[in-house]
Amino acid sequence: MKNKAENPSIATAEVKGPGRLARMFITLYDVYRFIARFFKEGFLPPYEIKELLRQCYEIGYRSALLISTTGFITGMVFAKQSRPSLSEFGATSWLPSLVGIALLRTLAPLLTGLIAAGKVGSSIGAELGSMRVTEQIDAMEVSATNPFKFLVSTRVLAATITMPILTFYTAMVGMLGGLLNVALSEGTSARAFFQSSLEQITFLDITASTVKAIIFGFTIGMVGCYQGYNSSKGTEGVGKAANSAVVIAMFLIFIEEVVSVQFFSLFRS
Amino acid sequence: MEKQVTFQHKEKVIEIKGLNKSFGNYHVLKGVDLDLHRGENLAVLGKSGTGKSVLIKIIVGLLSPDEGQVKVLNQYVDQITYKQLLELRLKVGFSFQNSALYDSMTVRQNLEFPLVRNQRKLTKSEVNMAIEEMLDAVGLIQTINQMPSELSGGQRKRIGIARTLILRPEIMLYDEPTAGLDPITCLEINNLINEVQERFHTSSIVITHDLTCAKAVGNRVAMLLDGQFQRMGTFEEVFNTSDERVRPFYDYNFIH
Repeated sequence: MKNKAENPSIATAEVKGPGRLARMFITLYDVYRFIARFFKEGFLPPYEIKELLRQCYEIGYRSALLISTTGFITGMVFAKQSRPSLSEFGATSWLPSLVGIALLRTLAPLLTGLIAAGKVGSSIGAELGSMRVTEQIDAMEVSATNPFKFLVSTRVLAATITMPILTFYTAMVGMLGGLLNVALSEGTSARAFFQSSLEQITFLDITASTVKAIIFGFTIGMVGCYQGYNSSKGTEGVGKAANSAVVIAMFLIFIEEVVSVQFFSLFRS
Repeated sequence: MEKQVTFQHKEKVIEIKGLNKSFGNYHVLKGVDLDLHRGENLAVLGKSGTGKSVLIKIIVGLLSPDEGQVKVLNQYVDQITYKQLLELRLKVGFSFQNSALYDSMTVRQNLEFPLVRNQRKLTKSEVNMAIEEMLDAVGLIQTINQMPSELSGGQRKRIGIARTLILRPEIMLYDEPTAGLDPITCLEINNLINEVQERFHTSSIVITHDLTCAKAVGNRVAMLLDGQFQRMGTFEEVFNTSDERVRPFYDYNFIH
């Protein structure tokens, strides 16, 4: 006698006893159902536009300062550290294009993904975890509303939408950092720097970065929401949800980076 | 103070037969039978961990039964689709033990949340009117713009009840409405539960281990012991016994 409307998280919480391998498969099946539910419900009306915009603001705007600082310092340090190697070959004039390509292809998506995993992933995990253990999610459920749509769909979508924007913002701020270093050392003008760095960037670079950022954003949102939405065991569970959200999201981002680099390199030759 | 109106002749809004529920090896409910009649308040008593909250979570579809039938407003909750369950939940209000107010929202937004999502055709002024009317009914109109963290325990309970009532349910399920409150506030909550019954014509199950509450709000009282309802009837009928599992409840509440 199975309730078709049964809360997936409660079903999981009730499963006790199976061994480690069985638990792993149960968790994987649970994750699959969670993702499938997002695609099934996330794009159907009624839409939670107001909450989506609020989440975009929380995830995007609230992360901007940290990302600006990190991106700027990364660009500046990268230019500084790359100069000695390039100067050995008398190729310091390539520094702007090196900074531009490195930032856009890998550094900006990866840095933004990791920072967002730490800041946004933990915040989503803790917030939803806290709502779960204080029965706020159950309260939404019993008031005939769909908490998954309001809490999960909006956060995953917001993370997926804002990540590409944040990534290109990081790349731009990183280039400014690189420009500062290059301008102080070589006296290169801003116009020459950007001309040199942007002319090496291809449409494929931009596409690859956008796709990676979308995947990273989806991963961060989904992992944070899954951990928070399914948390249990009181305040300990909330801390565990926040922690797991960060660790798992970072781990997945590294794997996704490796896979995407391999994938897009197929189109480069 | 004791309520002794009988509702046996009225239709049953909840019918439970042979309900079983286990968590791992812990068998919580062992063949529970229960009827709730329209307009009736039923107080469910029992020790902590005896499955009182599990029972009402099954009624509202938050948990599924292992065995048995749970019929609410003529629908079997474990056999209906999610959409049908959502429609049923509009008619069944659930007041949580810790109130479960959305702590990132103001009191107004807490009441607005279920209302606008279930009645999308309401105008803004109609929504405001419904919120103000409900807050007025629980005597907390002045808290409309406050955050849940700024409210006392009793106020949070009242707002939780108001948020549930705003959907005008036919059945109310109260999970420990007086737990953790001082005696005066308990009295106020008891009066509120009775007012809700009279004003909104609800049928209610009140989960409690507070006998004063059970006596004040329950038209009938049911005692959950060892996973089953061992005694059911008026307050006097339930406690007019020498059963050693029942007497300590009465003695603790009314003698000590």
